[in-house]
Amino acid sequence: MNRDVAESKASSTTLDARASELLSRGRKDLAITRIKEIVIYVALIACGFFSLLITVSIIGVLLTETLRFFRFDEVTLSNFLGSAEWTPLLGETKSFGIWGLISGTLLVTGIAMAFALPLGLVTAIYLSEYAPRKVRDLLKPILEVLAGIPTVVYGFFALMTITPFLQWLHGGFNVYNAMSAGLAVGILCFPTVCSLAEDALQSVPKSLRDGALGLGGTRFDATIKVILPAALSGIISAFLLAVARAIGETMIVALAAGSRPQATIDPRDEIQTMTGFMVQMAGGDVSNFGTEYFSMYAVAFTLFLITLSLTMLGNVVRRRYRETYE
Amino acid sequence: MTTKTLETKPKRIMNQVAPTPSAENDSTDALDSTQYAIEAEKLNGWYGDFQALHEISLKIPKNQVTAFIGPSGCGKSTLLRWFNRMNDTIFSARASGDLRLGDIDLLAPSTDVVDLRRRVGIVFQKANPFPKSIFENVAFGPRLHMQLNKSELSDLVEWSLRKAAVWKEVKDRLNAPALGLSGGQQQRLCIARAIATGPEVLLMDEPCSALDPASTLAIEDLMDELRDQYTIVIVTHNMQQASRCSDKTAFFFEGRVVEFDTTETIFTKPSSQKTEDYVRGRFG
Ligand SMILES: Nc1ncnc2c1ncn2[C@@H]1O[C@H](COP(=O)(O)OP(=O)(O)OP(=O)(O)O)[C@@H](O)[C@H]1O
Ligand SMILES: [Mg+2]
Repeated sequence: MNRDVAESKASSTTLDARASELLSRGRKDLAITRIKEIVIYVALIACGFFSLLITVSIIGVLLTETLRFFRFDEVTLSNFLGSAEWTPLLGETKSFGIWGLISGTLLVTGIAMAFALPLGLVTAIYLSEYAPRKVRDLLKPILEVLAGIPTVVYGFFALMTITPFLQWLHGGFNVYNAMSAGLAVGILCFPTVCSLAEDALQSVPKSLRDGALGLGGTRFDATIKVILPAALSGIISAFLLAVARAIGETMIVALAAGSRPQATIDPRDEIQTMTGFMVQMAGGDVSNFGTEYFSMYAVAFTLFLITLSLTMLGNVVRRRYRETYE
Repeated sequence: MTTKTLETKPKRIMNQVAPTPSAENDSTDALDSTQYAIEAEKLNGWYGDFQALHEISLKIPKNQVTAFIGPSGCGKSTLLRWFNRMNDTIFSARASGDLRLGDIDLLAPSTDVVDLRRRVGIVFQKANPFPKSIFENVAFGPRLHMQLNKSELSDLVEWSLRKAAVWKEVKDRLNAPALGLSGGQQQRLCIARAIATGPEVLLMDEPCSALDPASTLAIEDLMDELRDQYTIVIVTHNMQQASRCSDKTAFFFEGRVVEFDTTETIFTKPSSQKTEDYVRGRFG
């Protein structure tokens, strides 16, 4: 006992001496620190400007080519914004009514989200709040694998498996139809929703969970009344990201939804989405300088505006919830 | 607002959920089970391989205030969290031995922990208000367990906030977010939230650690008042507080109960040298 104390005394005096030597040693060279600081600062600014430059140039190209499209005689803004007839390849009776494509995109996105959002959220709740650790450790990597499959595979899956299944269920389904593509996009978005929503739920402090349970709440009470509201801004972000992804998804709709733009809400019909049309144009069997070619840029620009407003909406919603919850 | 009527009204409401002590059991050991709220016998507790509780045996008397004292890390919170099975939420936590509330086996897997936690309320060491309004925080428990109309609910919320000595500061902003309160106010809000559920046993883990002297006294008054109806266990590092407001005191050291006796004995003539050193402030 005594020896122990003596030993620790001794070692602490040597440690004291060492510490005072270390502390009295001169500070790092201030000039070098400052130069380092400047180099890092410049590097960061350069990176920031680089990403800004890329964004600006993409928007610039989109904008100039779109303006070029509207300068053609056969194109009018009122036709573009006021019609649902999208028939750029029909020679004399061309019509550029963007709603014919927007409706296709909305239909596919709607179907996909009706599938992916509820299922993703419920799965996330299960994984975060209910699943035993082992199940969670098993399922999470599987979800991540699912998220890593190339979308063209989903497209083939839709065409070869989902569509025949739908046709077997109900004879009215076209070979190319919105339902099949929508479901495949939903399957594609499901892991994204699930994984992001789960992260949002997990980031709610454990003390809040304990608080709800400690007041005699069930696990369900804690989840619905405390955790979910506390994670709401993260969950909304997850949803919006999934929506943006669905709107921009290309390969699946190009393969499974068809190429017939029409304003329909019947999921059995063949449709065309904005991205589907762009693939068809960029695929190249049209002249590079015709109206139909430049219409691609107008469609792209519209798509860009839609996604941009979604992002801004997301920020507004998130800020509002942050105000009430933090 | 007339305070008189409020003092009695919520108590009546709460009696609906908190049964009177005599009504609840007819076990063979009648004397024990009416005198003691919680009884631990050779309780051991682990976090993974680390044993945090060793052979804990103590009986928490009913309708009294029991204080847990002891140096940091000696297992006070751990024991408290076994009293209402909050340790279920910690993956690595296990316990063996005997722990009962009346005739309920607290360690049995079949025990209804939801009902248990309604009966054994807890105020955690760190204030953890929900990211909701002040009112909704306090109304959370009542909404779960009671059928109250609007005015009954707001009376109960007011009563709880008054008892937790935070009413004056929050009465004009009941709908403001609770996270906008100061640390000490949050702690009192959590106390209000816990008593609004009407538990039979109230576990308080260092409830006054972030409070100024005036609110500390108010919380001590609260304990004094509640002791008629409830059983209170309080963890505290404040020796004056333990001696002022508890009937019995347990001194913990390295996961064991060193001494458990009336507060007077612990503070005036403890039988263990360790206890004496600790309460005199000589270590810990
Ligand atoms: N979740 C946990 N996982 C692992 N070990 C833990 C956990 N919680 C507590 N412990 C350990 O158990 C022991 C007892 O901790 P406990 O929180 O009960 O102490 P305490 O007496 O409440 O201390 P304090 O007065 O500082 O609050 C400590 O050694 C601590 O490190
Ligand atoms: Mg503690």
